[in-house]
Amino acid sequence: MIYAQPDRLSRRRALVGLLGCLGGLLVPLRQACPADALPEKLAPLIRQAAGGVMPQVGRVSLSLPTLAESGHSVRLRVRVESPMTPQAHVKRIHIFSEKNPRPVIARFSLGPRAGRAEVHTRIRLAGTQQVVAVAVMNDGTAWMASAEVVVTAAACVEGS
Amino acid sequence: MAKARIKVPGVVKRGAVFEVRLLIRHPMETGFRYNNVGQKIPKNIVHTVRCVYNGAEVFHAELFPGIAANPYFSFFTTAEASGELVCVWTDDTGVTTSERVALTVSE
Repeated sequence: MIYAQPDRLSRRRALVGLLGCLGGLLVPLRQACPADALPEKLAPLIRQAAGGVMPQVGRVSLSLPTLAESGHSVRLRVRVESPMTPQAHVKRIHIFSEKNPRPVIARFSLGPRAGRAEVHTRIRLAGTQQVVAVAVMNDGTAWMASAEVVVTAAACVEGS
Repeated sequence: MAKARIKVPGVVKRGAVFEVRLLIRHPMETGFRYNNVGQKIPKNIVHTVRCVYNGAEVFHAELFPGIAANPYFSFFTTAEASGELVCVWTDDTGVTTSERVALTVSE
């Protein structure tokens, strides 16, 4: 006769339970940093860059490493979907930082001769934060993207 | 040592989009640091970079202290005719530096 043994923990059940716990830990970590939540501090700057309106999310792809060991030099790539013709091209790209003492990092001006709306550079980051890129098109519309970077050793910390 | 390095492809086909890589040697002092006797190190960054290809501006950047030391940029442009690409930049001390590179465009 086979008895059910409700009081004893089988190895299989223990492993399933353990995996479940690990999964449960990962979920809140992911929710803690939603990529589309925009930092409050940057909203007026972003609006100003976009000509008074809040840009739509999309068309811009901003790539930064998820984890940067040093905030002194973090590679950044910004790419905008645009045919780059005299009729439709990207005019300006603005890069903003959430926590740097100066939130504006750079402004790039492009034109139809660029052929491809893509710029790479290296930036400083004062701590773990969001970086936002805003692209302004020649027709006046604006698009944006943001990226979260975890910085282990921050750059330009006041008093350092 | 050269103040900057500009990398362009050896030969580009007319009409092709090519990458230009520019590396400027500059400390990019943020103005937030202090020296060993506690005095503020004055801000000195390259604030404007312009790249001109045969007389037409192809890249323009306004920079702030958030750009890393020895600023590096990579951007794209369309090959039109053989000639010269000139990059000019100015820092907070008012020094303007330029670097040029020859471009060969094939048919």
